[in-house]
Amino acid sequence: MPDAPGLELLRGEIERDRPGAVLATSFEREQGALLADPEQILAVLAWLRDEPGQRYRFLSSLHVADYLPAEPRFGVHYELLNRDRVERIRVKAMLADPGDGSLPAIDSCVELFPTANFQEREAFDFFGIEFRGHPDLTRILLPDDYVGWPQRRDFPVGGEPVTFTYNERNYG
Amino acid sequence: MEVERRSFEARQASSRQMLRGDLEGEDLERYVEEKVVTTTFEKMINLARANSIFPLTFGLACCAIEAPISIVTARYDLARFGAEALRASPRQADLIILSGRVSIKMAPVVRRLYDQMLEPKWAISMGACSSSGGMFSNYAVVQGADKFMPIDMHIPGCPPRPEAVMYGFTKLQRKIIGSPDQGWRQRYNAAGTEEWARGGPASKPSPEAAAAYEQARELARA
Amino acid sequence: MAETTALSERRETEIMTVNIGPHHPATHGVLRLVVDLEGEVVRDLRPVIGYVHTGIEKSCEDKSYWKVIPFVERMDYVSYFFQMEAYCGAVERLVGLEIPPRAKYLRTLFLELNRIHSHLVWLGTTALDLGAISMLWYCFRERDRILDLFEMATGQRMHTRYFQVGGVIEDIPLGFEQKCRKFVSEMPVRVGQYEALLDRNEVFLQRTKGVGIVPRERLLELGVTGPLLRAAGEPWDLRKAFDYLAYPEMDFKIPVGTVGDNYDRYRVRVAEMVESASIVAQCLDALPEGPFIADDRKYVLPPRSELSTSMESLIHHFKLVTEGFRVQAGEIYYSIESPRGELGCYVLADGSSKPSRVHFRDPSFVNLQAFRDMALDSYVADMICSLGMLDPILGGVDR
Repeated sequence: MPDAPGLELLRGEIERDRPGAVLATSFEREQGALLADPEQILAVLAWLRDEPGQRYRFLSSLHVADYLPAEPRFGVHYELLNRDRVERIRVKAMLADPGDGSLPAIDSCVELFPTANFQEREAFDFFGIEFRGHPDLTRILLPDDYVGWPQRRDFPVGGEPVTFTYNERNYG
Repeated sequence: MEVERRSFEARQASSRQMLRGDLEGEDLERYVEEKVVTTTFEKMINLARANSIFPLTFGLACCAIEAPISIVTARYDLARFGAEALRASPRQADLIILSGRVSIKMAPVVRRLYDQMLEPKWAISMGACSSSGGMFSNYAVVQGADKFMPIDMHIPGCPPRPEAVMYGFTKLQRKIIGSPDQGWRQRYNAAGTEEWARGGPASKPSPEAAAAYEQARELARA
Repeated sequence: MAETTALSERRETEIMTVNIGPHHPATHGVLRLVVDLEGEVVRDLRPVIGYVHTGIEKSCEDKSYWKVIPFVERMDYVSYFFQMEAYCGAVERLVGLEIPPRAKYLRTLFLELNRIHSHLVWLGTTALDLGAISMLWYCFRERDRILDLFEMATGQRMHTRYFQVGGVIEDIPLGFEQKCRKFVSEMPVRVGQYEALLDRNEVFLQRTKGVGIVPRERLLELGVTGPLLRAAGEPWDLRKAFDYLAYPEMDFKIPVGTVGDNYDRYRVRVAEMVESASIVAQCLDALPEGPFIADDRKYVLPPRSELSTSMESLIHHFKLVTEGFRVQAGEIYYSIESPRGELGCYVLADGSSKPSRVHFRDPSFVNLQAFRDMALDSYVADMICSLGMLDPILGGVDR
């Protein structure tokens, strides 16, 4: 796994081909992460996948986290894995909420990693993140007519308060 | 005619005599009185129904491994209660076991399955999730299956043990034999498969249903 | 789609779209398949999922860290110990908590018992789909014995909530070791009996051999892991690749297939059961003495006996039970090898006592994408077989 100086070297190498593609690096809890520019996310992923000496060819997981008070609030995470060297690296792209009712958008990486198909649909379903160029970007787990993006932090959890017979009898 | 209870051997002996045609007169009368049980037609039908239930092969989530699969296997063996014939088609089944959480996407499907089952039919809600939403009090889970379909029996547990399911199942059998009409049809003022069928969803229950509900509440209070 | 219409014009056979599920006995849960059939041959296929979507990830954001454990267990309801380990391990790495050696061994032991359990459920139900009904009875006999072991140690058959942040919640009881040893010594014999029932069964062989082959490269592109990938000849197992728990000290092999058809998938899983039984035996042999849970009072409940004597323990207990522990802001992705492949858990902490996001990379969810490749241009009956061999758990797919 590349450590903190290794990540900076990696950043330098990507910067040589793609200036401004990597905004920052972070290394915490023995996991390295590259913070990528969302506009150039495909370039970064393709570089990490195809560059000799890198070859992070396996996308373990694609998920989204909502860092609500922070801005930009949505983080799209790509957990890449090199199976020969057994190294993981995380690529993060932060997306801001446009605020005018439209959806935050990022390029789809289905062409690079076909495994992202379902996972991007899941991210769209739960967070309302639009993946440009996805072949079939529809809701996957929720009903098609569902309104809202339920796993955003400002969406209520829902459910009902529990009422017990005892309370209903005595106070209801 | 008063029939006194004879020993098993004596009854067996008289059966043998009857088959040989040796039984005559008062002995024959007594034999018939011993052997024949008189009951009403409804009770007989209910007895047959309760002991030959065809459950639907239907699983939703965690409980599905315990209820439709595990209870028919060798250790638990639901066949002892006459319910080993699981049916995959709702049109052949008369018991649906809701085994697991019902999501908002699944609820219309479950309701449709239930509507496709032929009368008379029963529903068991197995586990906390389908009875009340359980621990999943959130946007995706229907908080209790009896919001969209009538349930005859709730089995608590998360998931309930197969023994608990079998206990609930025998309770359902008692219910079928004992008071077949004391089910959801009275509570919901239903005829056939539709609840509130006579006056639409906003109507009041019929006087009989309201009285039955009050009676049930009184019993619960006592 | 363009290709299929061209076919239908040429052969004058109508393409028929058939809906299978969500209520169908062969879909192992509530999976719905929309299948385009030409005669009896599958030309296109679209899985529709989400019928047991439970919103667990959302509910977890509303609970303190230690209350999340029972929620994540209910995702993949056949391999609950694995979900617990993925989550607890992620939180332990977030807070930097080292678990004691005995807890590592106990966790490994229960994970491997759970792997056997999961494969037994798979074998029983899949063989049932293929018409071998007696397998269900035999597999569930052994499954009940494993559940007895779980119940003995944890008090519950399913959803045991046995793993705790920092270790396991209780030591194994007296007599457990003996019972467990008896089980693992018999398990290879039982597996031999299953093989005797299936391996020379002509119907089973014809329905599995050469069916559902997907090339290795395609599987890797689709992110498939676990027995499906190993059956295609790729020896990739996170237990060997990353060292976690007591796996580095264990001596076990990774069964690998050659062709990657459904028969190989069956062989790999059956061989894994024997290997898992051997790991359980090794865990019992090498089980170290000592505490079964870490001694850090900030994250771990103090023992019950201390509550009546130590004021400090009482305060810690009160804090942990009411509010839970706080975790410094940070994020982690921790993955383990579940019976179905790579099970990853992503936890985002924002400094409060509740996780800000818990996400599971569930192997069934990702593997399901390979189903179209497995079933394309095969018969409907083979599609059912492939679905069984894929072994999706819909609770894990939908979460």
